[in-house]
This record gives sequence, structure tokens and C-alpha cells, in this order.
Amino acid sequence: MAKTPVSFTLNGSPRAAFADPGQNLLEFLRRDVGDLSPKFGCGQGTCGACTVTVDGETHLACLVLAQTVEGRDVGTASGLARGAQLDPLQEAFMDHFAAQCGYCTAGMLISARALLDRNPRPTRDEVVEAISGNLCRCTGYEPIIAAILSVAEGRARA
Amino acid sequence: MTVHRGRGFAAINYPIGMNLGGDPSQALVHSNPDGKFTVALSAIDLGQGMKSVTRQIAAETLGVPIEDVYVDTADSDTGPHDMGSFASRGTHRMGNAVIRASEEARQVMLEAAAEELEVDAGDLVTDGRGNIHVKGAPSRTITTMAAAQAAQFRQGRTIAGRGIFLIPLSEVDPETGEMSPVTTFAHAAMLVTVEVDDETGEVTVTDMQSAYEVGRALNPKLVEQQLRGGAWMGMSHAAWETTEPYYPSRDHGPEDFNTYLMPGPGDLAPHHISILERPAEDGPYGGKGPGEMCANPVLPAVVNAVYDAVGVRIDELPVTPEKVLRGLQAQGGARPRQAL
Repeated sequence: MAKTPVSFTLNGSPRAAFADPGQNLLEFLRRDVGDLSPKFGCGQGTCGACTVTVDGETHLACLVLAQTVEGRDVGTASGLARGAQLDPLQEAFMDHFAAQCGYCTAGMLISARALLDRNPRPTRDEVVEAISGNLCRCTGYEPIIAAILSVAEGRARA
Repeated sequence: MTVHRGRGFAAINYPIGMNLGGDPSQALVHSNPDGKFTVALSAIDLGQGMKSVTRQIAAETLGVPIEDVYVDTADSDTGPHDMGSFASRGTHRMGNAVIRASEEARQVMLEAAAEELEVDAGDLVTDGRGNIHVKGAPSRTITTMAAAQAAQFRQGRTIAGRGIFLIPLSEVDPETGEMSPVTTFAHAAMLVTVEVDDETGEVTVTDMQSAYEVGRALNPKLVEQQLRGGAWMGMSHAAWETTEPYYPSRDHGPEDFNTYLMPGPGDLAPHHISILERPAEDGPYGGKGPGEMCANPVLPAVVNAVYDAVGVRIDELPVTPEKVLRGLQAQGGARPRQAL
């Protein structure tokens, strides 16, 4: 079957690429668009490493059909920094040693950013809920929770 | 239904490194024409901080700013040989190799500087800020960059060093089984509190108090990171994780992340960590290895805490609700001990 052109916005910039029929958004972003920040962990919607936003709402890119983002706004971790200016969450993750191997980090950041965008002052329970779909093997989660809360409470490095 | 609270204690000795044909690590250090140093090694950084800690060790030994050291772990095919990043051996084995390589490179660097300053290399000291000067005469000085450039372009000298650290194979005595496979142990003790539901069999770890003895904590934040994440993994192994729940049968074994149970961010227990520093005699600047042993004390402590809470002694991990319920059934209900 023929490939389909998909036009969408990636981190605020218009992009277009050809998607295979049935291709998922994760593979599309990584292979055809060239954004390697969403990670392939399990490919079945369990690990959260491929978390992206579509129109501001978090989705697991491995479970989204690439063609469905036509005309929509996709956000990935590579869009968090503005040039050399890191997102406060990225700064906080560094300050709190919230990454080790780094494989979950991009998905964690997206889940956390989406939470803070809709709820700038979440409780600890709300932070836990927001990242409950993101598996981390290294940190024991506590440094990640602490990093997100530090931004929520406005204590992050400017 | 009653929730029983129990406390369990465990202490461990953890041997650093392994004994499979000897345990060597090699490092190579050389200066670049700009006076910065490259440390080449094959100890892979999996996020545990191998590059950070070897960078610190190299800078400290060379006597140069940490910004002037680059650690290259790019390729274990072409880099100097290392046994690998496992057995909590990285900091201890590779750290010692980096010290030796850096000492050799430092000596050449001082000889190059001595030739430029027309003094004896034995009279030179480094200030750790990128300068080499005559001991007691700081005005007789040369930058490490100038020394490196002189070595490179005028003296025809390579500022480089080789280092190997080897714990030789310890043969097993065929009569007694005795051997001495390790030179350094790290230590840990842990007290956990659990709650055991005698209707569902569920075990919840509600608090962890630990003390870890790690030699010298060469990078305290990295040490804490290892301990916190590793203890979480221990808690996960104690109460959740298994690939063969009915070992040796593979029945009901998980096949993917949907069926492989792990605690999530909502299942954390507060963990209060004390880091004890007792520098190891043969460790790099006293460091040992805080890797695997982070997880080890949690498992027996949880098992002991379940015994304390309901009197059921579990001897196969993980402590699943099924095992707890079968144990409760066999002894006719909970028998709280609450000895701790």
C-alpha cells in the first residue's frame, strides 16, 4: 500500500513526512521524522519511554497511528529546551540526579511537563499519578518525584 | 482482616570484584597538545557514574583541574582491556588503574615542565588549577598547557601513562575449598518496617533505615543515587519481581512488562540512608564499590520483617501474597512475634 503524507507540528515547527499504513507514531518520529528523543522500550504501551504529547495531552507514541497526527501538534522531549535554555524540569532533573541510564528520562520529562502545564502546583500524589505510566529501573523514582515537585513549588534553578 | 506490622533487620558483607581467572582493569592516559588529558578505558558507564568518578580520580592524581580531563569509554573493542562494569568493581578496579596511569603521565608532565623551567622534576608541584611550579617558589611556574605543548612540539616527548590493576586469580585449595577471592568488602545494615495483610497476604514495605559503608564516598551524590535506586530494586526483588514464580517451572512466568510485576512510584517506602566512610586501604583514594550491595540487605530484612509481623518464614523470593497466605494457613493464622 502507498505511503501517506502526514503534515503536523512538531515542537512548534511545521513538519511533513510519509507514513506507512499502520505505522505507529514512535517509529514514524524516530525513523521518518528524525526525532530520536522518544525511546522504544516495550512497543506495547507499558513502559512509557515513548511518551509524547498530542495537542497537549500525553500519549504513548507506540500505540498511536502516525496518520492520526495529521494537522495536530506533537510535543517531544527534544522540544523542551529553547536553544541553550533548558526547561526548568530538565535543570531540576540534573540537580536532583533524577536520571541514571537515561532511557526513561525523555518520557518522564514529557509526563511531568504535561502535568505542570495543566496543574502548576500538583501534590506529591498527583506527581506520582502523572508518572505512574513511566517505568524507571535505576532511580527508585524518589529523585524524579523530588525534581518535579521542586519545579512545581518554584524552587528550581531559574 | 488485620494488618500486622513487623520489623526486620539484616546486615551484609559485599565482596568487591570477582575471581574468574583474575580481575584486571587497564587504563591509558595521555595529554593532548592543548594540555588537557584524555583517559581511555573500557569500563562502560551505564549511568552509575563511571565516567564522573574516573574523571575525578584522574584529575586528582594528575594534579590538573577536572575540566581538563576527558574520559573516553567509547569502544571496548579498541580501548584498553577491562573485565566490565559489574560486581561493583568499577570504582575499585578501574579507579586504581586510572591512578597508576595518571601517576605515570604526571611524571612525564613534570619532566617536560622541568626541562622548560631548567629545574629538577622532583622539585615541582602542581596546584590543581593548571599550573606547575617549583616547590616553595611559586613564581617559577609553567602552565600544564605550556608543558604539554613543549613536550609535543619542542621536546618530542609523549605525556602518557599506562595503568593496570589486577587482583590475581585465587586458586581454590582442593582439600579445604579455601580461597581468597577478594581484597575488599563493603558493608551494609538495614532495618525495614512492613505491613502484612493477613486476609490478602499482601506485604507493604513502609519504611527503610539503612547504613552503608562504602570506603570513601568519592562522589557523595553519585553514591546516594546508587544506594537509593539500588535499595528500591532490592525492595522490588523482595516483594515483587520474579521471572519464574513457580521455579523451576516456567508456569505463570511473566513474558513482558504487562505481567512482570514491579513497584511503581506509588509504592515507595521512605528510605533514610546513612553513608559511613571507612577508606579502604587498597581502594582508589579509599573508595570501594557501592553498586550491587545497595540491593542486598533489603531482601533478608523484608523476609525477617514478615516473620516478625505474622510468624511466617518465607525462604523463597519474592515474598508473594500466595506464599504468605499459604504460610498463614499452615500455621493456623498470624502469629505476630514483634521481636524488634
